[in-house]
Amino acid sequence: MLWQQLANGIAIGSVYALISLGLTMVYGILRILHIAHAGIYALGAYVGLLSFRLIGEFWLSLFIGMAGAAVAGYLVERFLYTPLLHLPRIAPLIVSIGLFTAMEETFRIVAGPHTLTYNARIGLGDLSIGRFHLTETQILILLVTLAILIFLWAFLTKTRTGLAMRACAQDAETTSSFGVNVSAIIAVNFLIGSAMAGAAGVLIGVYDNQVWPTMGSVPAYKALAIVVLGGLGNIPGTVLASIIVGLAETFFIGILAIPFPRDAVAFIAMIFVLMFRPYGLLGKA
Amino acid sequence: MISPPPQPSPLGGGGEGWGGSYCMISGYHITILITIVIYAILAHSLNIITGHAGQISLGHAAFFGIGAYTSAMLYTGAGLPFWISVPLAALVAGIVGAILGIPCLRVRDDFLAITTMGINFVVEAVFLYLPFFGGAMGIGGINLPNWFGREMTKPEYFLLILVVFVVLILLDRKLGRSWIGLAWASIREDEQAAGAMGVDIVRFKVVAFVLGSAIAGLAGGFYAHFLTFIMPQNFGFGQSIVILCMVVFGGIGTRWGPMIGAIILGVLPEISRPIMEYRILIYGVLLLAMMRFQPGGLLGSESILTRTFRRYVYRPWKRE
Repeated sequence: MLWQQLANGIAIGSVYALISLGLTMVYGILRILHIAHAGIYALGAYVGLLSFRLIGEFWLSLFIGMAGAAVAGYLVERFLYTPLLHLPRIAPLIVSIGLFTAMEETFRIVAGPHTLTYNARIGLGDLSIGRFHLTETQILILLVTLAILIFLWAFLTKTRTGLAMRACAQDAETTSSFGVNVSAIIAVNFLIGSAMAGAAGVLIGVYDNQVWPTMGSVPAYKALAIVVLGGLGNIPGTVLASIIVGLAETFFIGILAIPFPRDAVAFIAMIFVLMFRPYGLLGKA
Repeated sequence: MISPPPQPSPLGGGGEGWGGSYCMISGYHITILITIVIYAILAHSLNIITGHAGQISLGHAAFFGIGAYTSAMLYTGAGLPFWISVPLAALVAGIVGAILGIPCLRVRDDFLAITTMGINFVVEAVFLYLPFFGGAMGIGGINLPNWFGREMTKPEYFLLILVVFVVLILLDRKLGRSWIGLAWASIREDEQAAGAMGVDIVRFKVVAFVLGSAIAGLAGGFYAHFLTFIMPQNFGFGQSIVILCMVVFGGIGTRWGPMIGAIILGVLPEISRPIMEYRILIYGVLLLAMMRFQPGGLLGSESILTRTFRRYVYRPWKRE
């Protein structure tokens, strides 16, 4: 039972990590609270589902969903955020909220208000060791997340572009004076972050076997809480916080059966941690 | 996530009492008017925190809710009249604002935005899950206030809160010209420089937070007595966003902007009833377009409206 809950918690935490990482990367480089990121997550799920219905091949649809989300993220950055960078932070925040609302409504109007099923055959099979049981979709989530995290780590630490990206997050102006094309780095940042959100959308679509217009509503704010919990802009902190929140939700609600909304757990954890560490778990002043 | 302001409850009914009999406007219109004035008060209170002191709050509806619940419980539970329960609601919301504000203001800018959002979720969850607050059913049986030995009519209630709103605006004007207003402006423009000049940053931030929360609590009291029953969902995160959008839409930091925002965004869902299907979409796109092209809001110093006014009305008038 305990091990089972652990597996469930880590699977949910992995999806949170995929969503929150893009958010924290955007914050790290542009200092924008990118609420519409959750809209891009839902868009990824819809694009993935549409391509799955057209092609019938899951892995390809996962890839197309990620690509669709990446393109959308890039457009948002180019046409909405970059022109507003010189303004007080509240302007991009409100744009982001407006965009998120508009996206949710567009999904509802275009794809209908109902939930759509995403019953893909993945071909991995379930895994059982004794009483411990992992479903196919949980294995899928763990594998995809692991692959993306390894890719992200390798990209950020081993490539010159990754180095430039980390430098931009520290100080964009100084980095540009060293001859780095900051605007291109920001674009790459959005492409990667949005592709991860798109992957999370497809994974949740398959895991819950449903895609619905407001699927981004809960992640929209929960991911923000996770990002703050980990220390805004801190990538390892975000992964750690995602797993902690995933586990905390599963354990508090699943085992202790506290009559409390599951979605408030992340915020209680966040407020509690901020009391003692005002810059998050791994954040620095 | 975001819904437009809640529908006015169909309580109105045209000609009740003498207020309705010679008043030309119907119950439906008076309901919308009251809703708009309550939103104007709320937007105005958030403007103190976000516009004057420059602290982004994404959880303003929590204090609105605390005010509404305090007033409702004092009225239905303790049997206190409206005239005592509503000021007490403002007081309680102000005190809770101080308790929550002090740790909140330890964290800076974006952390504050998300922390206040978290507070909103926790407060809504507390209202929803503690039986003491009525749970999902909320609290009912709240009435419009009594005066001169009878219940107030809706037009009279409208006038009452309109007067309160005007008093608050005058107070805002007074504060803006005082030391507090100057200190807030300095914190908003450059927190570090203000601190270096000897402005007690934390104290003035807390003052703004308490004042804004208390006024939101007052609005909550008015809201509870107007709707006659309240539910936790009325005070969720979506509501906070609606209030913030009104402030930003009208012009953040301006005196009349939040009111204009409350009027436009309050009326919009009503006049767009024929295009029901698309109205939230329009709401979102309008917000997005507004911020993208007029980031200062309708009455901001660089908006088309203000510039046109300056060029064609103010300057010619000055020259004469």
